[in-house]
Amino acid sequence: MSRFAELRKHLFGGTTSNARQFGMIFTLVGIVALFEILTNGLTLNSGNLITLVSQYSYILILAIGMLMVIVAGHIDLSVGSVAAFVGIVVAKSMHTYHLPWPAAILLGLVVGALIGAWQGFWVAYVGVPAFIVTLAGMMLFRGGNQAIGNAETIAVPQGFRNIGAGYLWEVGPDTGYNNLTLLLGLLACAAVVVREWRARKTRQDLGAEPAPLWVSGLRLAIILAVIVFATLRFAGGRVGTSFPISGIILAVLVLIYSFITRNTAGGRHIYAVGGNSRAAELSGVKLRRVNFLVMVNMSALAALAGMIFIARASASGPQDGLNWELDAISAVFIGGAAVSGGLGTISGSIVGGLVMAVLNNGLQLLGVGSDQVQIIKGLVLLLAVALDVYNKRQGRFSVIDSIMRPFRGSTPIPVTPTPTPTGTEPAKTPVAG
Amino acid sequence: MSEAPVLLEMRSITKEFPGVKALSDVNLAVRAGEIHAICGENGAGKSTLMKVLSGVYPYGSYAGEIVYQGQEVRFSDIRASERAGIVIIHQELALVPGMSITENIFLGNEPRRLGRIDWKSANRKAAELMKLVGLNEDPDTLIKDIGVGKQQLVEIAKAFAKDVKLLILDEPTAALNENDSQHLLNLLRGFRERGITSIMISHKLNEIEQIADSITIIRDGRTIETLDVKGQGINEDRIVRGMVGRELSSRFPDHTPNIGEVFFEVSDWWVRHPVSAERMVCKGSSFNVRRGEIVGFAGLMGAGRTELAMSIFGRSYGTYLSGRIVKDGKEIELKNVADAIAHGLAYVSEDRKAVGLNLLDDIKTSVVAAKLSKISKAGVVDKAKEYQAAEGYRTSLRIKTPTVDEGVVKLSGGNQQKVVLGKWMFTDPDLLILDEPTRGIDVGAKYEIYGIIQRLADQGKGVIVISSELPELIGLCDRIYTVFEGTITGSIERRDADPETLMKLMTSTKKMQMS
Repeated sequence: MSRFAELRKHLFGGTTSNARQFGMIFTLVGIVALFEILTNGLTLNSGNLITLVSQYSYILILAIGMLMVIVAGHIDLSVGSVAAFVGIVVAKSMHTYHLPWPAAILLGLVVGALIGAWQGFWVAYVGVPAFIVTLAGMMLFRGGNQAIGNAETIAVPQGFRNIGAGYLWEVGPDTGYNNLTLLLGLLACAAVVVREWRARKTRQDLGAEPAPLWVSGLRLAIILAVIVFATLRFAGGRVGTSFPISGIILAVLVLIYSFITRNTAGGRHIYAVGGNSRAAELSGVKLRRVNFLVMVNMSALAALAGMIFIARASASGPQDGLNWELDAISAVFIGGAAVSGGLGTISGSIVGGLVMAVLNNGLQLLGVGSDQVQIIKGLVLLLAVALDVYNKRQGRFSVIDSIMRPFRGSTPIPVTPTPTPTGTEPAKTPVAG
Repeated sequence: MSEAPVLLEMRSITKEFPGVKALSDVNLAVRAGEIHAICGENGAGKSTLMKVLSGVYPYGSYAGEIVYQGQEVRFSDIRASERAGIVIIHQELALVPGMSITENIFLGNEPRRLGRIDWKSANRKAAELMKLVGLNEDPDTLIKDIGVGKQQLVEIAKAFAKDVKLLILDEPTAALNENDSQHLLNLLRGFRERGITSIMISHKLNEIEQIADSITIIRDGRTIETLDVKGQGINEDRIVRGMVGRELSSRFPDHTPNIGEVFFEVSDWWVRHPVSAERMVCKGSSFNVRRGEIVGFAGLMGAGRTELAMSIFGRSYGTYLSGRIVKDGKEIELKNVADAIAHGLAYVSEDRKAVGLNLLDDIKTSVVAAKLSKISKAGVVDKAKEYQAAEGYRTSLRIKTPTVDEGVVKLSGGNQQKVVLGKWMFTDPDLLILDEPTRGIDVGAKYEIYGIIQRLADQGKGVIVISSELPELIGLCDRIYTVFEGTITGSIERRDADPETLMKLMTSTKKMQMS
């Protein structure tokens, strides 16, 4: 294995499904760099980064739930409407019924979960395809939003606005930076180092060969550099701004859900159901329960996203959440998930979502009209997936392998030569599958 | 026959894939009017060779030349080879389930008149073709409503609609029962008399021995030898030697059974078909398994063996009506798969790709998939334990793979089957039900699987083996139940088991005295 291939394997796990994710990280870096140059440094300045996070955190939260829905082999078209519905319920509960805002947040989550239970019931226990159930839900809850809110806009109180528009407090000595953000960055750095060290140790304990030291070192150096850079940018913004609360909510959710999908039996079951539901069933997985919970979870996250949005917009209105489902679904597919289910990662979807976000943001900074932004986003989605499908068809690997080929010293020979996929079941092609 | 001219010659065919040389310098000469068998273990390159021949891999993507009817041919795609009269019938049938027999026969090849499909002539021709292949059905019957055996015949009729000169069959009898297989073989004999040349790829050596005129053996992408069946008195052992490159002294490992008490008993088991309410798939079946015993279930396709097994395994098939399961002296109720696993049952399905494995998984996740609770605390999977478990089976079952991080889709059939076996051994079962455990697996791997089954029995587990291959049941099992149309018709001890006795019980409802 050449050094480059080795690096790829150790950095990103080396399995086929991660290949696109690897490609997308490159793409993300490329897009950021491109806009950084085109906008003369506006893209990566503190103010813009802070805006970027608070403006797109709710889409990324949706992408987390959507990833699990798509991995389980379904789709959810209703998330935008559900978010809007919960938004208006929460806004009205505070505005008209004077519910204290923490209770309102709780109410919103409960309403979201109930909506999810409603949709999950139809999907899991009645067997109506999720596409139909959520298409119905899309209309149902959009109508519900307008019915409850009389198609009017309802403002939300100040305390509530923090979850969408709030920042970390200014505390401690005057360092010229936001101290809490610095602390957060420091914690992140420590966590990354500890994690790397533990991963190496686990592999050694198992008697498996850990990644070469230089790979670990390089990986750490890159991640730490990114964290330090981001920390300084987020902490060094206009006084009173810093890393947004919504970004922190997002980060916590990413950590929790990455853990769930990767390390828990429940997470495994989602992949099993999407990969081969019959095999999962015959392995003792309770299909219905998995499908039900995935739908419940999605709507609960949609509720959260809806609340963050109205907090940021400081009011709930009839047009909230329009087309959110499309952004969330795009993020998941750009991030490497398969339409037929069973493949995809949380981190991939986040990267996919960030690609869309940076693209959107960068084009807006350049003053490109929203018509053209849409066209470009559509093409990017299509191309990202088409390129991967094309590469998959050419050979075993995707995007990244074709980039690698010239660098290969020696071609690794697979131990089990499968020249013809006689089973006619090639590895699922993301999206086209 | 040997004076017949050579119809097809493939010379020095070499085909490479990135990193793999699938074929290297392969030669094949097929005489006009013969049945030519191609034998080799899985992954030897048989299917690749046929794909080169039929233009799936177009001219230019391989080295070497193909001479057909005295001329060099360069096929650019399947259509080109079909125009020349070479038609390949793949293992996975290419039929549309929701279309009628006629529509399928002429799919992509519809007789046209003035731009419209000429159904009158299509129906007439379809009737002729169906007669030719001995298919007795209404041409308007939908494909999904006829059995696999008849579907295979539709495929052949489809080939004849294209004016075939050279018919290539890839594992044509793999999914067929004895009767249908025999019918198909007779059909091929009939074609031979009409001067049609056939190439047949098969793992069923007894069939090859019966029907083939010559045999070309391929091993590791190379031609090993071509045998002339008539002249040289070829038998199965001779073919196996060529395929594996060594003498397999016995097809089954030596084994002395150590059989204990009855520990698993099913009585008066009734199950209804999931869709049609009148059909019973299990009619009062009763059977038992002793510790350390390997129990076979023999029956023709559709006899209800798989249905019986799956209905016991947590009611995963049909509608349960009545019946009792007693395990270790206690009656148990298995309402779903999770219950069945918890009570120490394991079911290895007959179709490992469709229902046995998640082909997107890697080896380690597959191995632990049926009992995650064993390696998790509070729902969190301990990946170190997962890795160790998978490594354990990789060594003990000799799964050929560099690491357990490899995707199962990359493994050969035999190794995939070992992964499935490992997956169910991981659940610490007391009773393993193995449904066609060696289907589509080559000879060497079969031997190993038999060894694994015997080791499981020696650990005091009960093993049920469902198989369509009688020699396999007779060679492996301590006792064999015969099943006919949902009824258990007999229980034969190993010493009394011979193909005729079993076949008789597999084809009649008359119950024999239980021994």
